[in-house]
Amino acid sequence: MSVKDKVIQIIAEQALLDVADVRLSATLEDLGIDSLGVVESIFAIEEEFDIEVPFNANAPQDSDFDISSVATIISAVETLVAEQS
Amino acid sequence: MNRVVITGAGTINALGASVPETLQAMREGQLGIGPLQMRDLDRLSVKIGAQIKNFDPEAQFDRQKLALYDRVTQLTLLASREAMAQSGLEITEELSEATGVVLGTAAGGMNTWDDNFRSVYEEGKNRVHPFVVPKLMTNAAASHVSMAHNIKGPSLTVSTACASSNHAIGLAFQMVRGGMARAMLAGGADAMLTFGGIKAWEGLRVMSKTACRPFSANRSGMVQGEGAGVFVLETYEGAKARGAEILAELIGFAMTSDAGDIVMPNQQGAVRAIRGALRDARLDPQDIGYINAHGTGTAANDKTECAAVTEVFGTHAQALMMSSTKSMHGHLIGGTGAVELLACLMALRDGVIAPTIGYELPDPECALDVVPNIARHAKVTATLSNAFAFGGMNAVLALKAI
Repeated sequence: MSVKDKVIQIIAEQALLDVADVRLSATLEDLGIDSLGVVESIFAIEEEFDIEVPFNANAPQDSDFDISSVATIISAVETLVAEQS
Repeated sequence: MNRVVITGAGTINALGASVPETLQAMREGQLGIGPLQMRDLDRLSVKIGAQIKNFDPEAQFDRQKLALYDRVTQLTLLASREAMAQSGLEITEELSEATGVVLGTAAGGMNTWDDNFRSVYEEGKNRVHPFVVPKLMTNAAASHVSMAHNIKGPSLTVSTACASSNHAIGLAFQMVRGGMARAMLAGGADAMLTFGGIKAWEGLRVMSKTACRPFSANRSGMVQGEGAGVFVLETYEGAKARGAEILAELIGFAMTSDAGDIVMPNQQGAVRAIRGALRDARLDPQDIGYINAHGTGTAANDKTECAAVTEVFGTHAQALMMSSTKSMHGHLIGGTGAVELLACLMALRDGVIAPTIGYELPDPECALDVVPNIARHAKVTATLSNAFAFGGMNAVLALKAI
């Protein structure tokens, strides 16, 4: 399974949605994921890919990890996997 | 209904091993936060905290006692000793049953949990010390305080995360006010700066790796501290009759529950707690000159707290001062309200307002007078101390000068 498919699967599980319903352009808010859900999703991503995600819940917009949409998350994870593997 | 006064105060925290040392540090805006010293530091991503340094338990307690005292109990006993000495309250047999102890702690004997989990899981040992349970139990500190001072009245531990101390002091206040007790020891402590304790907080991703900057636009989260604060509360009549020095009068307390989110604060829950404390104290909003903020240095807390204070105080919100001393002593979790009450005593008694240090950039959503970086002289006759805990449990205390 690709990084993209795994990330979508993690987000779908957090949002209690089918994988098919997770659009790449959607924000986490669109999918009904709140701040705790974001932190839990990032934990799941770190565990899945064995990476460290730079993310501070106090200022998500200032973190190096862009969570503004599903697509930006996938791209950020791909970069981290490439850097940290 | 009895009037309730504070006649003794004690503490040990990263700023000092006594109340005078702590107040001096607050006056000077000293930073108690620094690099953590602990094993396996390289496996932590958060490496700063407000640790009590140069503390030698063996210089304070004998070896047999130490076998029963987790660090949180040690710190609590030292703070209690100082508070009792200052108050001069003599616990006679007759007073003993009319005196109690209510302490707050979130984690209790965390060091004991941590050390013994290591020994059975990591080191594979199959046997632990026989006193592990009495050492780690959450009420151990309150029990040892009762034993140390022969206190036989209503005694218990309350645990409401970061509001534990305020709840403890508030309940003790109500007990003395209502006549259930003539005197109470009240406050709280936590000592969660263990590898497991910090790991747990790291997980939530609200810890700063650099500094605690409450209300500053460039804040980056909370920083954990450790320590204890204990106060002697008694009736005004009792204190007067024995000629005790009165530090301040406790005049109001309110607690509310958000019934909302398990971690996110709620403006209305905070508003109701602040209004409740004012009502209980029979104060008007404009009577309050200083608020010791919960001020954790997280975006969620600071913005919500400022909005709540603005809602309650209206135009007076711009006139009053509100600082977060967590910027200096860190977040003592269950013990934090007790150490922060010292800043209220300093404001009421000495006319010195403790600063919010580490303040660098104004945040339009926290546009109040947060006493940035430098302590200030001001005459204040009534103060509030806020505590808004995880789990949405809020506790606000009101004090007045005497």
